[in-house]
Amino acid sequence: MPELLDLAEQVVGWADDGEQVEVVAVHERETEVRAYQGEVEALTVAESQGVGIRVVRDGRQGFAHAGTLDLDVLAETLAEARDNVAFATPDEWCALAEPDGVAHADLDLYRQSLADHPTDAKVEAALDLERRTAVADPRIIGVESAEYADAVAESAVVTTTGIRSTSRETGCHLSAHVLAGDGDETQTGFGFSIGRAPGDLDPGRASADAVERATRLLGAVKPPSTRLTVVLDPWVSAQFLGIVGSTLNGESVLKGRSLFADRVGEQVATPLLTLVDDPTNVAAFTATAADGEGLATRRNVLLEEGRLLGFVHNNYTGRKSGGASTGSAVRGYASTPGVGVQALAVVPGSRSQAELVADVEDGVLVQGVSGLHSGVNPVSGDFSTGAEGLRIRGGALAEPVREFTIASTLQRMLQDVAEVGGDLEWLPMRAAGVSLVIGDVTVSGA
Amino acid sequence: MTSADDRTGRLLEADVLRGTLHAALRTGGDFAEVFVEDRRSTSALFDDGRVEELTGGRSRGAGIRVVVGETTGFAHTADLSPEGLRGAAEAASAAARGGGGGDRTVDLGDQAGPAPGPVAVLPADVPKARKVALLEEADRVARGEHDAIRQVSARYADSRRRIQVANSDGLLTGDDQVRTLFSVSCVADGDAGMQTGRESVGHTVGFELFDRVDVADLARRAANRAITKLDAVPAPSGEMPVVVGPGGGGVLFHEACGHGLEADLVAKSASVFAGRVGEQVAVPEVTLVDDGTMAGEWGCYAIDDEGRPAGRNVLIQDGVLTDFMWDRLRAVKEGRASSGNGRRQGYQYLPMVRMTNTFLEGGDADPDAIVADTPSGVYVAQLGGGQVNTATGDFVFGMTEAYLIEDGRITAPIREGNLIGNGPEVLRSIDAIAGDFAMGSPGTCGKDGQGVPVGDGTPTLRVARLTVGGTAA
Repeated sequence: MPELLDLAEQVVGWADDGEQVEVVAVHERETEVRAYQGEVEALTVAESQGVGIRVVRDGRQGFAHAGTLDLDVLAETLAEARDNVAFATPDEWCALAEPDGVAHADLDLYRQSLADHPTDAKVEAALDLERRTAVADPRIIGVESAEYADAVAESAVVTTTGIRSTSRETGCHLSAHVLAGDGDETQTGFGFSIGRAPGDLDPGRASADAVERATRLLGAVKPPSTRLTVVLDPWVSAQFLGIVGSTLNGESVLKGRSLFADRVGEQVATPLLTLVDDPTNVAAFTATAADGEGLATRRNVLLEEGRLLGFVHNNYTGRKSGGASTGSAVRGYASTPGVGVQALAVVPGSRSQAELVADVEDGVLVQGVSGLHSGVNPVSGDFSTGAEGLRIRGGALAEPVREFTIASTLQRMLQDVAEVGGDLEWLPMRAAGVSLVIGDVTVSGA
Repeated sequence: MTSADDRTGRLLEADVLRGTLHAALRTGGDFAEVFVEDRRSTSALFDDGRVEELTGGRSRGAGIRVVVGETTGFAHTADLSPEGLRGAAEAASAAARGGGGGDRTVDLGDQAGPAPGPVAVLPADVPKARKVALLEEADRVARGEHDAIRQVSARYADSRRRIQVANSDGLLTGDDQVRTLFSVSCVADGDAGMQTGRESVGHTVGFELFDRVDVADLARRAANRAITKLDAVPAPSGEMPVVVGPGGGGVLFHEACGHGLEADLVAKSASVFAGRVGEQVAVPEVTLVDDGTMAGEWGCYAIDDEGRPAGRNVLIQDGVLTDFMWDRLRAVKEGRASSGNGRRQGYQYLPMVRMTNTFLEGGDADPDAIVADTPSGVYVAQLGGGQVNTATGDFVFGMTEAYLIEDGRITAPIREGNLIGNGPEVLRSIDAIAGDFAMGSPGTCGKDGQGVPVGDGTPTLRVARLTVGGTAA
């Protein structure tokens, strides 16, 4: 994809003496088809692009972005970024990344078969998903949405400091949202299948998961308040680990917003937990060879048998904390680089979820959570989330339960993990899921 | 430079729009629309004791949709030349599979519609140094408030969004929406760990916002919120009465029933309120309104993103469900008018039904008496975000500042956590509403991957039973 790189290099070529310039350019082609009641409800074909320009001079940075690749606008955007420099406070650590000798992994994230996939086939995929889901179970009273969506994304990062990075990737998914009914009661469920090419997609799985999630909750009751053991389903644990990941972020640490700021080398979690962020693992849908500053991504071990080894960093936070970037700059074109995990996973155990459940005398299998964004504070560690799932009694799954919360603190939950399952699953988020058994969690219900 | 009185929103000439609609309908179609948007934004972040960055952003483009039968075809482009627009129009037309053929001419009159909300000072006309100075003041005041304040982050943001809508019904209209936002977040550190406090204010106005908002006051409140929470005890666990303070509870209604009253979800039976217009869904003291015309509020506008003037829509009157919120697509199917709730995040997105400023009207109880009349429970001064499953009505929302109520008095602050409840049940179990109505903090409502600015408001109210998701026995 030479054009984006050429364009970025051209803009970087406009740099004045004494200033560093970084150009991030992205281009994306997307198709989205939504089916409803046997018809195409909406078909969107979209092409979008954008450029973010960062200028650094004398330890100050300015930034501007524009949703176009038009050269005249890019010249104005560079001027705007340059103008913004004057208002920033100088900081000796503020500088653009420089090549650090780590080679970009050769990741195969692009599939020509997706780029060549005809629109008719995409439409048929959405219609097929809706058809098969609607008749999958007599308790399904509606398919709220059935969707096929794909994207072909390309990006480039070029700087005056010698960074010259490009990437391109494809991705697609099928997803279904369904309503299940029994008498006056309605429950909802969703299912999806994700891949890099249409051939990776499994409509049967998307459909079956949606039906299963909706029907298993029929007849669910609000459980009484108590303390017990929870088993987090991979879908839930991935979200939990994503929050843990946000506390292991060099920016939060430097700015005094991390629970774990002064605890490197300490045992912050049970020895059962080894936590690795590895964006070079192509099994992760968020895999990428280059980070948001164009540096090579790499495997970073954050927790080793519960001991905190370190944090993820971008160029600024790495340098300021006396080290270097870990290739963990995350951003879109419309923002300056932040810091974050990109493909976080626990090293899995060996047993299946069914085997984990069989060892729980009194507990809840938590299959869904809501309100993580409002009920978890990654600074204080307070953790409280809405939940739904199945009761576990005497090692067997029992009645469905809903409208309750589970609560603890992140600090305690990391210590209270009693077992890690063997069912590691990559999901469309920056962390993989695995069944986790966590003891002594407060359930608030009736 | 644009002056405050040049706000006509004429982004493209009528003949270019007419030609684009013509191309969109070239192979047939029931409806075509061109949505043009030009957005400029500035944001400045002060964090960790320094001005970290100043950012300027611009985005400009058009989204074109063509409706044929049950199918909507949609395409967008950042290229606003006649050729770029024609390409997008043809792509939208092909996506909708207009097969009827025919040559339709659209007659666009002069651009008309309600005037944009008044703006005294366009933020773009204000020197950047003044914006930065506000941030420095907020940081200084917050840090000076207490030794335990360890970190302060302050953000200034303004945006100007000019839109133009033309469609095959002959509509040609536009709007010019200016929003200004300021927020302060603090971290305090104490013996029991760190706590956070946040305050934000945002209005659909220009830089004159700061004539009536004192950033020092905002900074003090954010700092004190974090300080107060240093002494917080674990939140209780289980069902109990919950009193929500004035302005703090809007998100409760946004989640408990607002989303369920959006006609697109209703039409798919994905709402517990489907088919219930005319029924008593809440206690008679509840009157719930969605009002996009509230001048200056965060969720207001002159026209929605389909060109329909914003409206004041009563959703629940004296406990009776009176109407849903509508966009064009759903309204046409029902043979009625849109309620002016068709919104989109940007030109890259299809519009859908969204709330604007959603609020519960005040009652006549005395707020102090409501607390005094509560032997034991929780008082929530500020709610955080929330989430709802509209099909079941189950919702959660976070408490970012809350206290125990013991023997009719507000006592110890409690740690953060979620509340969980069921919308229809909560509407029937509100047992006190005070007269001290206030609007809450500016919010961003997310739905199907699109975020739009929304406002909310409530007086002090009590819900007889809600589940508090804490850890205390």
